[in-house]
Amino acid sequence: MLVIALDTSTPAVTAGLVALDDGGPRSLAERVTINPRAHGELLMPQLLDVMTEAGHQLADADAIVVGSGPGPFTGLRVGMVTAAALGQACGRPVHPVCSLDAIAAQADVTGQLLVATDARRKEAYWAAYSGRTRIDGPHVQRPADVPTGDCTAVAGELADAFDLPVVEPRYPTPVGLVAAAEAVLGTEPAPLVPLYLRRPDAELPSKRKSVLTRGGK
Amino acid sequence: MTADRVVLGIESSCDETGVGLVRLAADGSVELLADAVASSVDEHARFGGVVPEIASRAHLAAMAPTMRRALDESGLELSDVDAIAVTAGPGLAGALMVGVAAAKAYASALGVPLYGVNHLGGHVAVDTLEHGPLPERCLALLVSGGHSQLLLVEGIADKITEVGTTIDDAAGEAYDKVARILDLPYPGGPPIDKQAKLGNPKAIAFPRGLTGPRDPKYDFSFSGLKTAVARWVETEQREGREIPVPDVCASFQEAVADVLTAKAVRAARDLDVDTLVISGGVAANSRLSELAAQRCAEAGIELRVPRPRLCTDNGAMIAALGAHVLASGAKPSPLDMPANPGLPVSTIVVQ
Ligand SMILES: [Zn+2]
Repeated sequence: MLVIALDTSTPAVTAGLVALDDGGPRSLAERVTINPRAHGELLMPQLLDVMTEAGHQLADADAIVVGSGPGPFTGLRVGMVTAAALGQACGRPVHPVCSLDAIAAQADVTGQLLVATDARRKEAYWAAYSGRTRIDGPHVQRPADVPTGDCTAVAGELADAFDLPVVEPRYPTPVGLVAAAEAVLGTEPAPLVPLYLRRPDAELPSKRKSVLTRGGK
Repeated sequence: MTADRVVLGIESSCDETGVGLVRLAADGSVELLADAVASSVDEHARFGGVVPEIASRAHLAAMAPTMRRALDESGLELSDVDAIAVTAGPGLAGALMVGVAAAKAYASALGVPLYGVNHLGGHVAVDTLEHGPLPERCLALLVSGGHSQLLLVEGIADKITEVGTTIDDAAGEAYDKVARILDLPYPGGPPIDKQAKLGNPKAIAFPRGLTGPRDPKYDFSFSGLKTAVARWVETEQREGREIPVPDVCASFQEAVADVLTAKAVRAARDLDVDTLVISGGVAANSRLSELAAQRCAEAGIELRVPRPRLCTDNGAMIAALGAHVLASGAKPSPLDMPANPGLPVSTIVVQ
């Protein structure tokens, strides 16, 4: 089957077309640009380039897999709404996968793996894996507070913030996204709910200040 | 070559997720087919104003379901759509981006042209769904929580020029702030309008902002008015007097309606246009429409106000503007088009 893979949970704007057969997922074409401020501009043109290079139409894809984060909010939504709209317009299922799972799926590690990406505000989005199985997370915390005890390696954009051997990849890849979704492809898709992990910044209004006391009056 | 064409519009600039469908006929006329809106207004109420991140999250959740509702309402399928228009700006950056990204995906999947259009132009274009084609030149007064603008429209797809704007708060913002002062619910427009009907508009002489001889003729200011209301209420409270909420609402509303309509009519006269369109969420305000009708009649100006449902943010207004842009033969927008929170009103379609 043919699977479109999208992820915008990190500064990498990722679009790919992946063939999935008995030999596992195989990339047919992909475009990845590192630009944290241009997800909305780059994603769709990149995907169309991918389809052209692979010699396929969007409607040829049998399914869409999209990284559901965790990731900084604005960029993350670009990938998710793009996937939702493509799925609706082409009549294809859209499967969300945790973006950290996609990184773990591509990492070549024996033992436990830590995956960490940049949550900004000096924090990391992280999860811990045994093989490809997520055993903790995803969470958002300061790197110093992340329990790394049993991990033997770290992958992901923020890997350098930890005192562990660093392994690739840094960002979710199309093949990693499809590998992480392999078990659920063909089943009823989960709801497209982003992993924000943080509440929106919003302050409740304080008690109204007296305008009469302003300006020393 | 120009058979009827179906244009789909997507709106996500503030707290309403809108998807609308219109039919563009060969003669250039547009007809409303569907208008589905999901609002996150209730989620913002306790914050007393729109919280951008909450709005953006709601847009993502609402996009596909709102699309489905619009299609069901029209009895059409996405494959019937000939062009897609989307609000490219102005508006909240994160909110706009959801609609723009979705529109790019729908347009790419369907293989139809994409037009990133101006939200403010949409507020004017929507009137053609209700009252037919606009005259060659007209003036538009846009009033809502986000806008207070006077626009000279010389061809809805050709040329829109800002004649005046607010130098501080939008009119709707002033309503929200005054509602807070009076402990009325958010958004402030409907409860203040309701209270005002019970009060005396001449009870309190609130200031008319920017109406002095040397002030900009067509610009607005509502910040001073809001402060004047707050001061008046505080003084009364300090004196231990009960606040006559209906009178405060009526007097505040009178000040807003007076300035808006006086400036609009003056601009129409000065610019020699004989049609005024009032649109935006505050257009539904009873005193504004009443006073506008009276003053336009006196000045010999034709007044056009779309029904309230079309005045607030929706996808139909974007579809309507998209249809006029399509009919004008404009080039589609590029697929790497950014959402532009500060899109100038003179940019009707992003190229
Ligand atoms: Zn608006």
